[in-house]
Amino acid sequence: MGLAVAAVIGFITVASTTSTEQSGLFRHLLPIFEKQSGIQVRVVALGTGQALDLGKRGDADVVFVHAKALEEKFVAEGYGVKRFEVMYNDFVLVGPRSDPAKIGGTRDIVAGLQKVKEAQAPFASRGDKSGTHFAERQLWKMAGFDIAKDRGPWYRDTGSGMGPTLNTAAGMNAYALTDRGTWLSFKNRGDLVISVEGDQRLFNQYGVILVNPAKHAHVKRDMGQAFIDWIVSAEGQAAIAAYKIGGEQLFFPNAKR
Amino acid sequence: MNGILPLRLERVSFAAGGRTIIEPLDLTLEAGASTVILGANGAGKSVLMRLMHGLLAPSTGRVAWSTEGPRRRQAMVFQRPVMLRRSALANVVYALDAAGVPVGQQLRLAREALQEVGLAYAAGRPARVLSGGEQQRLALARAWALHPEVLFLDEPTANLDPGATREIEAVIKAFDVAGTKIVMSTHSLGQARRLGDEVIFLHQGRVAERAPIDRFFPQPASPEAAAFVKGELPWA
Amino acid sequence: MLDAILGGLRLVATLDLRLWEIVALSLAVSLSAVVFATLLGLPLGAAIAVGRFRGRQAVIVVLNALMGLPPVVVGLFVYLLLSRAGPLGELGLLFTPPAMVIAQTILIVPIIAALARQAVEDAWREYEEQLRSLGVQGLRGALTVLWDIRFSLLTAVLAGLGRASAEVGAVMIVGGNIDGVTRVMTTTIALETSKGDLPLALGLGMVLIAIVLALNAAAQMIRDAAQRRYG
Repeated sequence: MGLAVAAVIGFITVASTTSTEQSGLFRHLLPIFEKQSGIQVRVVALGTGQALDLGKRGDADVVFVHAKALEEKFVAEGYGVKRFEVMYNDFVLVGPRSDPAKIGGTRDIVAGLQKVKEAQAPFASRGDKSGTHFAERQLWKMAGFDIAKDRGPWYRDTGSGMGPTLNTAAGMNAYALTDRGTWLSFKNRGDLVISVEGDQRLFNQYGVILVNPAKHAHVKRDMGQAFIDWIVSAEGQAAIAAYKIGGEQLFFPNAKR
Repeated sequence: MNGILPLRLERVSFAAGGRTIIEPLDLTLEAGASTVILGANGAGKSVLMRLMHGLLAPSTGRVAWSTEGPRRRQAMVFQRPVMLRRSALANVVYALDAAGVPVGQQLRLAREALQEVGLAYAAGRPARVLSGGEQQRLALARAWALHPEVLFLDEPTANLDPGATREIEAVIKAFDVAGTKIVMSTHSLGQARRLGDEVIFLHQGRVAERAPIDRFFPQPASPEAAAFVKGELPWA
Repeated sequence: MLDAILGGLRLVATLDLRLWEIVALSLAVSLSAVVFATLLGLPLGAAIAVGRFRGRQAVIVVLNALMGLPPVVVGLFVYLLLSRAGPLGELGLLFTPPAMVIAQTILIVPIIAALARQAVEDAWREYEEQLRSLGVQGLRGALTVLWDIRFSLLTAVLAGLGRASAEVGAVMIVGGNIDGVTRVMTTTIALETSKGDLPLALGLGMVLIAIVLALNAAAQMIRDAAQRRYG
């Protein structure tokens, strides 16, 4: 409030994920930052793997994704300067209202997945090496399955983004793992409802990293750092918390002080 | 006078697609007399004209003009006139430009040429909407503007009605009077008589006969020409 | 589905600003690409049409085949060129509208060149003798014919425009589909469809089709007028 509107002084390129973009968070968040800093933020939304690739090639100034292990590797290999935790959201398991796997409203995701496999109920996976896909595979592992081997015709790999995968799930009345943000703004639900939510293991941590100027001299280090500083600041964190769809908060800020 | 005539064809033959269209022949064209090339369809008239004009390269022998660079000193009018999608005047200007005439003179010379063939009224009209006869006259205007020493005409009135034909023949006569050497192919005997001073009769790729017009008509010396004239007479 | 269509029409009718910004950018990118591709492709096609050189047939076959270049492949190629890690990275063109114009230009040059080559070659048969008789050679002859058949070349140009405005693969990869910067009709349709927001996707789809129809209709009228005027 009461801040002067800064003239546009430049832009940075941020590589992020399609699910984050599709949740609408950026459209809410970025104008606040741009007005205050004068820095235009251009978001290229891809899968997590591609976003990090963009950072490695130096085609982005900042990466903002949700795959902790891959992010730490990114920094360890020298492509990024430092990883900052920003916020988390959660995944939910959606499925047909008729609940063929008889999950029956449990909050235990592992139990839920086991029931899906036992019933051989149709399941739509992203299958695209994204952060979501990675998380999904981890959860199957926790449920005791090597899904690559233990799959059957009930397990469908769509090889595509969250939206198209949900489209497919809605079309086939299948279960699917999705981030809450995409689900809340997804309009083509068909007969799908939330089957499992609230399990701690479904939480999805986001990190933001400045691409290493030592590796790519042209990286806009000052403006990129300004963005990172803002997003972990009290102001940025409050802006994240303020983003709601249908009255529901999507992202929970948890940057460390 | 350093003209491009006489034109000498030395042992010139032409073959294409395995067929010999022009048998090896020697021919000399001198300035002055208008030459009419007569013959049945398929005798090789068009090919011979194109060899002389340089549009086709002979398979054997050579086509020799008397001086170097004969390009601008000849022009050709085809059976079907080919005009650009521009005004009649612009088409003539195009030809002048291609011939290297200085830009400052192009318009004037073009207008004079149109005047000469009686097309001044059509100067601004799109060439392609003119009638067949008008387009052929335009082709002649285009040639006239270049003041060629030799004017080749390949059956120029074959597609025209009698009225248009008369107009074209009048222009050709004017060229002749102005000193341009006319070399024209036709299969109309009447036209040959009206416009030609000498006849070259072509039969199956050979020159069967060559004679002044008064000697060729009414009775050609060679049997092939005689047969041709007899057969063609109803259409003369 | 009817709801989605009606929803789309409503969005179009209410002149939603974001929608029209997207339309404006799409037109700017595709029309620019068409202009460059025409300047490159028409002379190229004409030159091949009248030229006589070794390997001419092979060149024609390759050119025709390039008409079917997959947009994603072109996008990938241009991305590798313009990426910071690539040879032209210094230019900083990746994820900007100029990058999209470059990619689309590469995509449609073969279309315009191949179609122009065919048209000029057909016309050359009609004009060749007369032009050579007037002493007009090679390149000058090709350009004369090119200009003379300019109205029928509109077909080639329109084919290129159609391809450019319909493709999504190339602009997605080199443009990055950045909100407000490189988002065009086709990438928005893809995005909104994947989000399940069908009304917006359909609305844009209808606008896209309407624009292409309008351009084709305009070109047809131009061709008819030219036919009447020039014969």
